Amino acid sequence: MDLNFSNDEQAFRQLVRNFIVHNLPDDIRHKVTRGLSLGRDDYLRWQHILHAQGWGAPSWPAAFGGPGWSATQQYIFDEESAAGGAPRAVPFGLKMVAPVLMQFGSPEQQQRHLPKILAGEEWWCQGYSEPGAGSDLASVKTRAIQDGDDYIVNGQKTWTTLGQYAQWIFCLVRTDTEVKPQRGISFLLIDMASPGITVRPIITMDGAHEVNEVWFDNVRVPVSNLVGTENQGWTYAKFLLGHERTNIAGIGIGKRELARLKRVAAQQIKHGKPLLQDPLFAARIAQIEIDLMALEITNLRVLAAEAERRTPGPEASILKIKGTEIQQAITELLVQAVGPYALPLRRDAMAEGYDGEQVGPDDATALAAGYLNMRKLSIYGGSNEIQKNIIAQMILGL
Amino acid sequence: MDFTFHDEQNMLLETTRRYLGKDYDFAKRQQIIDGFSATAWQGFADLGLLALQVPEADDGLGGTPVDTLLVMTAMGEALVLEPYLASAVMATTLIAQLGTAQQRAALLPALLDGSLIAVPAHDEAGTRFDWTQIATRATPMADGFVLNGQKCLVAHASSAQLLLVSALLPDDRIAVFGVPCTTAGVRLVSYQTVDGVPASEVYLDQVVVTSDALFDHAGTALADMRDRALAAVCAEAVGILDKLLAATVSYARDRQQFGVVIGKFQALQHRMADMVLHCEQARSMSFLAAVRCTDADLAQRAAALSAAKVVIGQACRFVGQQAVQLHGGMGVTDELIVSHYFKRLMAIELQFGSTDQHLEAFAAQLKAA
Repeated sequence: MDLNFSNDEQAFRQLVRNFIVHNLPDDIRHKVTRGLSLGRDDYLRWQHILHAQGWGAPSWPAAFGGPGWSATQQYIFDEESAAGGAPRAVPFGLKMVAPVLMQFGSPEQQQRHLPKILAGEEWWCQGYSEPGAGSDLASVKTRAIQDGDDYIVNGQKTWTTLGQYAQWIFCLVRTDTEVKPQRGISFLLIDMASPGITVRPIITMDGAHEVNEVWFDNVRVPVSNLVGTENQGWTYAKFLLGHERTNIAGIGIGKRELARLKRVAAQQIKHGKPLLQDPLFAARIAQIEIDLMALEITNLRVLAAEAERRTPGPEASILKIKGTEIQQAITELLVQAVGPYALPLRRDAMAEGYDGEQVGPDDATALAAGYLNMRKLSIYGGSNEIQKNIIAQMILGL
Repeated sequence: MDFTFHDEQNMLLETTRRYLGKDYDFAKRQQIIDGFSATAWQGFADLGLLALQVPEADDGLGGTPVDTLLVMTAMGEALVLEPYLASAVMATTLIAQLGTAQQRAALLPALLDGSLIAVPAHDEAGTRFDWTQIATRATPMADGFVLNGQKCLVAHASSAQLLLVSALLPDDRIAVFGVPCTTAGVRLVSYQTVDGVPASEVYLDQVVVTSDALFDHAGTALADMRDRALAAVCAEAVGILDKLLAATVSYARDRQQFGVVIGKFQALQHRMADMVLHCEQARSMSFLAAVRCTDADLAQRAAALSAAKVVIGQACRFVGQQAVQLHGGMGVTDELIVSHYFKRLMAIELQFGSTDQHLEAFAAQLKAA
């Protein structure tokens, strides 16, 4: 057993780290490390820089323009990106719809969409969730009825993350109501500029506009935008959900936020000493750091196992539960570190170009918003309760 | 032991609840801009709520901390934004306790009828909100004082007319000064905190006040005010915890997933059972805090209040987070009251000392058996 990365992998890590240090714009790094709001242009600017380097799609095979990295290299890239203050890759195009198109899409669909996703020219969003469906995805009700060369789509999607920026949405739609719920679903690509689409913001409790409702009112979608075979959408949906596992635990984000927590705790003074040296607070930080170490090793074990059998197993649920718990715990401690000065909720001061007065410690501006926003982690992507059901069923056999 | 409320107290709770239920529902609350509604404030005055802390000798109701507990519980249930705690509980208590006959006559009638809002301005940056540490200075001059310093997170300063500013006298005793917000040299940087309450950083730069602004010997009175306020927010938390539990249980009875109501899932039932435990433990400690917050035995008082704040802080965290979690995506939206309860609990957890601070304070008093 060897728990060290190989020499090649360590060299690769250094390569990635150097690239990020020298190419990530300072203003973007500043926003990410302070938890400030990122806009569409921040994500795209970084995607363009990565694309120019040939790293626009770390998880794609070389045949489609990816760098052809191993799962471990992708993991290292994700970790270094997060720790170095780079924005997370917007997953909807790169990591969700693209693998589905590569596996099940027509050559025309692949040629039409993949290069634009890679180059950051078209923004995608996800049309899975519906009101009342939640984790029960098979119950989607949005209808698509064929009419000549078009489908006519009616219904509503929700929790559409960053849909306000998107040119395209990939949707699960019901094309057959007579069969078992999983059997009558299709996977459709829809141009957001189509007449009949309305995007409405959902404001979350941190005051942010990150998610949306998307309404479809007699939206005409060419049949050529159907991915694969009609009524086989459930298969593609499951493929998509099982596909991206290298970054589910958020190890890099955890390390970055842990570093932020230590930075804040070193600057706060308690009883004349840095809070970082306060026995109770230091123990709380230590517990998180230890949990994160254990999760990192677990994550690497899962990656190694997947490299051998190439099918992601229920271990992903462990990574999701523990990873989200750790990230949430860090936001809680950040709030505790600055105390009541974490309470001001100032969207204005988090926004681009704010040059008004600061309130409280330098690092405090986005702490309240960060804590509130991260409550979503244990809810979305299959709630942690659902993940525990998966563990009970698939690992414990209960 | 007697855990009952007498008839007048039950009436106080019901009247407050009835008023808030009718004139302060969630939709109306969401329309209140900058955290203050003059209509609601007048409503509180008409109900006598603003007179509760004013002694009978000053034409008030002379209420006890248990009366305050009942009102604050109702205020929590309705998520009242107005400065009831800051002005009607804290400032009023301080003025009633410290004021000369002249000062009481000048201020209490206006506080009682709602025409004056006064708020304490005590906390300072860099103190980790330790109430005994302040750096603001009051320098005597002919017929008055000059104040210099900075106060942080002063709740409702922007709605108030009078700030009760704590400052060190030349002999390092703490005094309180009544400073009208419009005084030259007072500058406010205002913002909202997560719970929707307006707050301000208050900068005092060569602020000149006359001698009659001085409330002297404030050390004990400030601690008394803090202790009553701590007990009051514990009661407010209980009002919120009950509402969150009820909302969650009701949601679990309605919400279907995979063809069953989610309340049928045993894992979620146990989670809600744990919420009940937290709520009941919190309620017990809110009673203890109300009864002990004016205790003459300071060690017993401090131990009870710290213990209460620990239990209630933990309940705030657990019940708040679980309520959001069990509501799923809807729980994190601005449109449900759930997220607003959650945010107020987050603030309460940090007000008047966090859970960790009180755990340490309690531990520091431990003696070998």
